[in-house]
Amino acid sequence: MLLIPCPWCGARAEKEFKPGGEAGIVRPLDPDALDDAAWADYLFNRANPKGWHRERWIHALGCRRWFNVERHTATHEIRATWPMGETSPDDVERGK
Amino acid sequence: MTRYSALNLWRHSRQGHTQWPEAWGSPEPKSDYDVIIVGGGGHGLATAHYLAKNHGITNVAVLEKGWIGGGNTGRNTTILRSNYLWDESAALYELSLKLYEGLSKDLNYNIMLSQRGVINLAHTEHEMREVSRRVNAIRLNGIDSEILTPEQIKEMVPILNTGPGGRYPVLGGALQRRGGVARHDAVAWGLARAADSRGVDIIQNCEVTGFNIRSGQVEGVETTLGPISAKKVGVVVAGHAGVLADLAGFRLPIESHPLQALVSEPLKPFFNVVLMSGTVHVYLSQSDRGELVMGAGMDTYNSYAQRGSLPIIEQMLGACLELFPVLSRLKVMRMWGGIVDICPDASPIIGKTPVDNLFFNCGWGTGGFKATPGSGYVFADTIAKGEPHALAAPFSLDRFSTGALIDEHGAAAVAH
Repeated sequence: MLLIPCPWCGARAEKEFKPGGEAGIVRPLDPDALDDAAWADYLFNRANPKGWHRERWIHALGCRRWFNVERHTATHEIRATWPMGETSPDDVERGK
Repeated sequence: MTRYSALNLWRHSRQGHTQWPEAWGSPEPKSDYDVIIVGGGGHGLATAHYLAKNHGITNVAVLEKGWIGGGNTGRNTTILRSNYLWDESAALYELSLKLYEGLSKDLNYNIMLSQRGVINLAHTEHEMREVSRRVNAIRLNGIDSEILTPEQIKEMVPILNTGPGGRYPVLGGALQRRGGVARHDAVAWGLARAADSRGVDIIQNCEVTGFNIRSGQVEGVETTLGPISAKKVGVVVAGHAGVLADLAGFRLPIESHPLQALVSEPLKPFFNVVLMSGTVHVYLSQSDRGELVMGAGMDTYNSYAQRGSLPIIEQMLGACLELFPVLSRLKVMRMWGGIVDICPDASPIIGKTPVDNLFFNCGWGTGGFKATPGSGYVFADTIAKGEPHALAAPFSLDRFSTGALIDEHGAAAVAH
């Protein structure tokens, strides 16, 4: 079972959370300009790495807020969590 | 290949059963093949078997990074059925069930097929309406399916709690009598032995680490045993399709999740059907050894860890007790997880990819075992001819850009 550090509530049991899939997918600003393949890529294709994965979670049975998590999909280790709209601690370090 | 027969059994008994040949060989890989199949699970081995049997293509290697049948083929709950709602799925799974019905004879290997019937329970009025819609749709596709009353279910499974005191009373159900279970290891082993006897090389402990692609065309694979070239490559790697697609340079609409299962300590035989419930959410059967084999929903986060979280197990056991309160003191003996590739429409992807002569067969999600021979049959045909088999065509990768999705979420009789 995962112990997930919510940015607002601290470490809580996985049962309180729900995952929301890959993080950082940006809705195309001009959907009409996309062809079918590009739209399908936005809608359906997902990064599915065996390794570090940035994903969204919601603290559904807690503060009910969405946030970002960086988690390893083979070990389940959680390296960082950060609020929506903010830059990940990793990217801050690298000056992105 | 030594045929398995009563006569040969008697012959070998005279040597104390010490002279049986290996069921399949362990050859060194050649430098060049007509077709390479990546993945030595049931689907990959079935593909190799049908390439050799139906298309006469025997210069084939099956590359497996672990041991054959050690992935999801050996981790499922062995349930077989073909009661799917949509025409495209019904046709594919029915082909598979028909092949299963003749598979022991075809392979000269007992896969211990037991068509004991699969019952889907309904616990609400809405579910009963859904059951009659589904049963009728399935019958229109020529597949056996019938509606059961609670009394009929009680007669088939006397120990099931159908009483009025239940939180989720059983209002009825759907039955596919031709559904059932088969021994999953035997399916992999029988297919491996049959493919090997026709000249297919089964190479274990050989991981594919990359593809050799020149001007948009695959020419072979890089492996931990060195490069191997091939005219065509078929990738059948449940749980790792996304990783292999990444190596080949394209993206898939797939997320990988753990799906857990468990067995209890053995009991005397007490129920002889496969029971599924979408509402309390568990599916279970009793194995020949007496263990209860059960599964439920998948873990909802992405993972490649072949293990899941405990809340899923708690929910599964709670559902089991809702159906069988009498089992409250039963002990769990083993639990495990496998990694399943889930597509947005919960249907598989079979066919061509953006790379020429590279074919993918993936995304079987939570229900791949029942499709094993059918999947291999249509995929072998697709690889041999270079064009999708008629039954595989609706499951092409480009359905995600054309919009012709085959939405089996919930429609497949059990929701995940």
